[in-house]
Amino acid sequence: MAEGAEGAEGAEGAGRRLGRLLEAVLASPGEANAVFDILAVLQAEDPEAVQEAVRACSRLFGALLRRGELFVGPLPPEDAVLAGSGGATRKYRVWMRHRYHSCCGRLRELLDHRAPVGVLALETLMKFVRLEGAHPLQRPKWEGAYLFPHRLFRSVVDGLLSPEEDRSLLLARFREHLEHDDVRFHTMRAVTDALARVAGGHPEVPLAFWNNAFTLVSSVSLPSQAGHTPRFYVEHTDTSDKWKVVHLKEHRKAFQLMWLTFLRHKLPLSVCKKVLVILHDTVLPHLAQPSLMLDFLTGACDSGGAISLLALNGLFILIHKHNLEYPDFYRKLYGLLDPSIFHVKYRARFFHLADLFLSSSHLPAYLVAAFAKRLSRLALTAPPEAQLLVLPFICNLLRRHPACRALVHRPDGPELDSDPYNPLEEDPAHSRALESSLWELQALQRHYHPEVSKAASVVSQALSTAEVHVAPLLELTAFEMFERDLEKKGPEQVPLEFLPAQGLLGRQDSLCAQLFTLS
Amino acid sequence: MGKARPAARARPGANPFEVKVNRKKFPVLGHRARHDVGQPGASRARALRKRTQTLLKEYKERDKANVFTDRRLGEHSHGMSAEEKMACRFALERQRQHERKSIYNLNEDEELTHYGQSLADLEKHHAVTDSDDDGDDRGTLSAELTAAHFGGGGLPHRKSEDGEKAKSRRELIEELIAKSKQEKRERQAQREDALELTEKLDQDWRAIQTLLSHRRPKVAGGATEKPQPDAYDVTVRELGFEMKAQPSERLKTKEELAAEEQDRLQKLEAERARRMLGTGEDEGTEKAKHVSADDLGDSFVLDRDDRRLLSYKVSFRQLSGDDGEGNSELGEGDSEESGDPDSHSDLDSDAESEQSSEPGGDKPRQAGRRGPPGEAHPSWRAAGTELPYTFAAPETREELSSLLAGRAAEEQLAVLERIQKCNHPSLATGNKAKLEKLFGFLLEHVGDLATSDPPDLGAIDKLVAPLYQLCQMFPNSSSHSMRFVLRDAMHEMEEMVESKGRATFPGLDVLIYLKLTGLLFPTSDFRHPVVTPALLCMSQLLTKCLVLSLQDAVKGLFVCSMFLDFVSLSQRLIPELLNFLLGILYIAAPDKQGQGHVLVHPFRARGKNSELLLVSDDEDMATWQRQALSLRWAAGALKGQSASEANHTRLSCLAACVALVKRCVTMYSTLPASHHVTGPLRDLLALHLSRSGYPLELQALCQSALAEMDSQKQSYRPMVCERTRPQPPKLFTPRLVRVLECGRKQGRTKEEQERRRLIHKHRREFKGAVREIRKDNQFLARMQLAETLERDAERKRRVKQLLGSLATQEGEWKALKRRRAVKK
Repeated sequence: MAEGAEGAEGAEGAGRRLGRLLEAVLASPGEANAVFDILAVLQAEDPEAVQEAVRACSRLFGALLRRGELFVGPLPPEDAVLAGSGGATRKYRVWMRHRYHSCCGRLRELLDHRAPVGVLALETLMKFVRLEGAHPLQRPKWEGAYLFPHRLFRSVVDGLLSPEEDRSLLLARFREHLEHDDVRFHTMRAVTDALARVAGGHPEVPLAFWNNAFTLVSSVSLPSQAGHTPRFYVEHTDTSDKWKVVHLKEHRKAFQLMWLTFLRHKLPLSVCKKVLVILHDTVLPHLAQPSLMLDFLTGACDSGGAISLLALNGLFILIHKHNLEYPDFYRKLYGLLDPSIFHVKYRARFFHLADLFLSSSHLPAYLVAAFAKRLSRLALTAPPEAQLLVLPFICNLLRRHPACRALVHRPDGPELDSDPYNPLEEDPAHSRALESSLWELQALQRHYHPEVSKAASVVSQALSTAEVHVAPLLELTAFEMFERDLEKKGPEQVPLEFLPAQGLLGRQDSLCAQLFTLS
Repeated sequence: MGKARPAARARPGANPFEVKVNRKKFPVLGHRARHDVGQPGASRARALRKRTQTLLKEYKERDKANVFTDRRLGEHSHGMSAEEKMACRFALERQRQHERKSIYNLNEDEELTHYGQSLADLEKHHAVTDSDDDGDDRGTLSAELTAAHFGGGGLPHRKSEDGEKAKSRRELIEELIAKSKQEKRERQAQREDALELTEKLDQDWRAIQTLLSHRRPKVAGGATEKPQPDAYDVTVRELGFEMKAQPSERLKTKEELAAEEQDRLQKLEAERARRMLGTGEDEGTEKAKHVSADDLGDSFVLDRDDRRLLSYKVSFRQLSGDDGEGNSELGEGDSEESGDPDSHSDLDSDAESEQSSEPGGDKPRQAGRRGPPGEAHPSWRAAGTELPYTFAAPETREELSSLLAGRAAEEQLAVLERIQKCNHPSLATGNKAKLEKLFGFLLEHVGDLATSDPPDLGAIDKLVAPLYQLCQMFPNSSSHSMRFVLRDAMHEMEEMVESKGRATFPGLDVLIYLKLTGLLFPTSDFRHPVVTPALLCMSQLLTKCLVLSLQDAVKGLFVCSMFLDFVSLSQRLIPELLNFLLGILYIAAPDKQGQGHVLVHPFRARGKNSELLLVSDDEDMATWQRQALSLRWAAGALKGQSASEANHTRLSCLAACVALVKRCVTMYSTLPASHHVTGPLRDLLALHLSRSGYPLELQALCQSALAEMDSQKQSYRPMVCERTRPQPPKLFTPRLVRVLECGRKQGRTKEEQERRRLIHKHRREFKGAVREIRKDNQFLARMQLAETLERDAERKRRVKQLLGSLATQEGEWKALKRRRAVKK
């Protein structure tokens, strides 16, 4: 307790000391050497002290930037200037600007630190970015030219894209600044550069970098339409139409370039999945040329499994909205149907999309029949909650395409020796599904769960014309079904077993008694 | 003034010149011709006559204040002739003369009666009975008395005067008084005699009465003052109220009992089959409840009588089932054989079941008085001697555990039996809730036993019977607690899936609960409030839980066999089960790489658990003996096994799995897509079979399963929808309107028609009345004119007469004058 108080007092004392130094430096250039003391504290181990030092630096260089007491223009080397015979003011400014640079460098290193220090460092750096933008340290090439502290900002972005550790906390903080148009624009450019550099540099990029990159890249969101007044992080006295930052079109270009650079790399599977999940919603609408995504999407689609399932969504948008020719789309979709679709996490999404894809009434009958047959074959291995989804789905297919009703109603067909449907055929056109019947649904009419049995029995009557709404069934889980069964009102008197129980394993002819013993 | 209707259309004897015919241009069908023929002359004359009789009379009497009313009898009736009138008047006259003069003169000629007897006679009779104290010749005074009081007649008085000396009046009176007193005393003595005699007679009767009736008189001598009820009445009452011997029910013979049992089982089986098909599922809900007219609308329903389940038969059945369990040598096939009318188990256990059914029948009364009525089980007797006879129902689960702790299984059963008996619902009101709670406690106790290490499976095995009994008594509450337990298990699993993304097999207790569900409730129902959730729970166990160890495999196989037992009657399809068996076969199969086996969720084609059940040691395979899997292994008894024992367990698991596969194949052979259902299993079985070095028994098992699969001939008949009958269009009953009259009057409602008719009638009547009034006025005017004319004529005549007489007078006077003149 006492130690803690002493520590706090010590920190407070250090804070006060730093405050005094700060006052001194700001008051007269003569005391400028005190800056070294402040910068020395920045190197300290104690996070409290470092925080105090960061705050002091922030105030100090903030004030200096505002006053314009830093050297403006291309910075000459420190030694040359100090040795030279320039004015004392110029020497002071050059010297102070060198101190400013070393401070920024240290702050950039501090980004790697734990939460409070890192966040504080980030905030300070962003403050410098703002002040430096308002009071540029370089001379404009012409009157009204747009100036932005590119070097400083780029170093911040590089610090955020750390290949070593997860920066989600800092990135979440940084995200708040992304609402400003200029920050967003320069972030996109900086990220593009950083991604290009990383790919060139390291052959093996760690997963943390991709995660950080994805978090940063995905947090950039463009406004949906042009015409709003741009918000600037750096305060400008007057804006000009000639600046690239003002135009949404330039933003889009930068956005597209960033994503393409990002997706050009061979991403880890987990990142790839995350990308695909958000792709159709937040990325594709903002791209200048969405068709450039085709390479990535087809690559994902061919890779198989859940990835290809997710890629379907993006592909569908390209086909639907952007007039893309993709000849084997339905064949790919057909190929995706395997027993695991009922067990994967993205089941609801997949069936939602499949419902969308197969909703066209212009699809050929053989295709729809192949889908219906394949799905019903797969339903033989599905858990009950998936069956409650897939059975109405199949019925909807049959309703939409009256030509496929032959699958459930073929009054004068010959009796067959085997099922003509070939499940191994990859091309739905050659699967001979139209010659077959949905015997699997007949088998499912004997399913142990009453709801499934009822859902399967729908096909044995003439199908009604109205489609069943599949959406509420998409997210159904077995646990919900269980709860529903429990809540269901049964008969007043619960029926009871009338043969009296004999022991735990039951009667002699039961399997439990045959295969198991109690001893 | 009513309108004079033409009484006859065409009066037969009418003058043909007076008949007027209204000719129609053409006949119209359905029209009634009412005014085709008329007699205007006759009707006019009739109207005139009527006016003369009424209107004219009024007119003539218009200024008169007095009215002469003729009230002579028969004066106004036209049907009487003068003679008849006269005769009537004469009869009336005579009747008046004979009428009673005064209404107060009752005795004139009437006799009042009461109950058919003349009141006068009755009064006389009363006078006789009332005057008890008077002399024998009641109602009349004795001659002496009369003579003494009123002086009497002359003659006898004179005679006595003659015989002896005449007594003075005072003496006479004293003598008279003395005489009457003496008479009075005599009468009193006579009455006392009679009373004494009656009493004596009564006492004699009482002495005999004890001999006649079976009942002892209450008090022999006392209560004589109290009016004794008539002995006959008493006897009649006694006979009326006497307890009659009730006809007792004949004890049923063994054959009858067996036949009844068979009937009952058949009925229950039929009920079960109906529920299995799920046909009656919606009926109950659709049927509208009858609402009585007296229903207050507060939906107050009397509680169901829960004693129905405690009927004689059920308890007999239960207890005999216990017997079968106890005497294991005859109770093995009890349930199967009990349908057989001459089943031996029934014969053998008869003595015991009689004994045990007796306390079952009147359990409540006996249990109330003596503590332990349930000495049914001979094997419990030993235990029962040391146990207390009464137990309070436990209020908490700990209480139950402490009651059962440290006792042998038999004793535990006895304790539970006694708790049930002592707290039978018919004994006190709160007992039902207590026993309902007992089921829940017992269930939890079973769960505790299952989770303990090592699990006490023997005790659980024994506790199944009391659980079954309690469940039979309280189906609803026990199903509720069962569902509660299942929900807990599912919750736990769901939480694990949510937090970890995968689940492991739960403890043995959940499996035991599921097994108990199958034992207590019918598993073949289409939908059952407990079994359907339990099925889903098992399905979750098979799809969500990963098989990470041998123990998990044993648990999974146990769930599989339970699942198949559940659907053994209803033969329903379980996709998850087939997936699981496929996975088990896969993880037991060697060199499966490169073959396209499609596995689903809990199993993976490759990974660290993909060869969990693979046995590669030839020696272990050679020494393996097939044995049933132990439930203890599921509870974790596998930890200490050596490598070869573990290999044996693996082979046992595989054997159990193949047995299950075989069962599935036979069960699903009737399915239309059975080849696709069991198809994936075939490849893996073939793979197992191809492996050398397998134990022969296992090979034979695989072989038989494969043979079973191959023997099924599948026919693919194209599917055809059920033909639904076309729905006939809805028919409406036509609206029937009675056509009363043709023309514009039809097509209205009845009220409207009636209204129209009345309006029409009113208008016609109104017109008629106006016409009549007009005719009356004309008639009156005519009469007035006639009167005026008559009066004028009279006046003229009188004037003429006067003028004539004046002229005569004048002439006479002139003639006189002339004569005078002549004279002169």
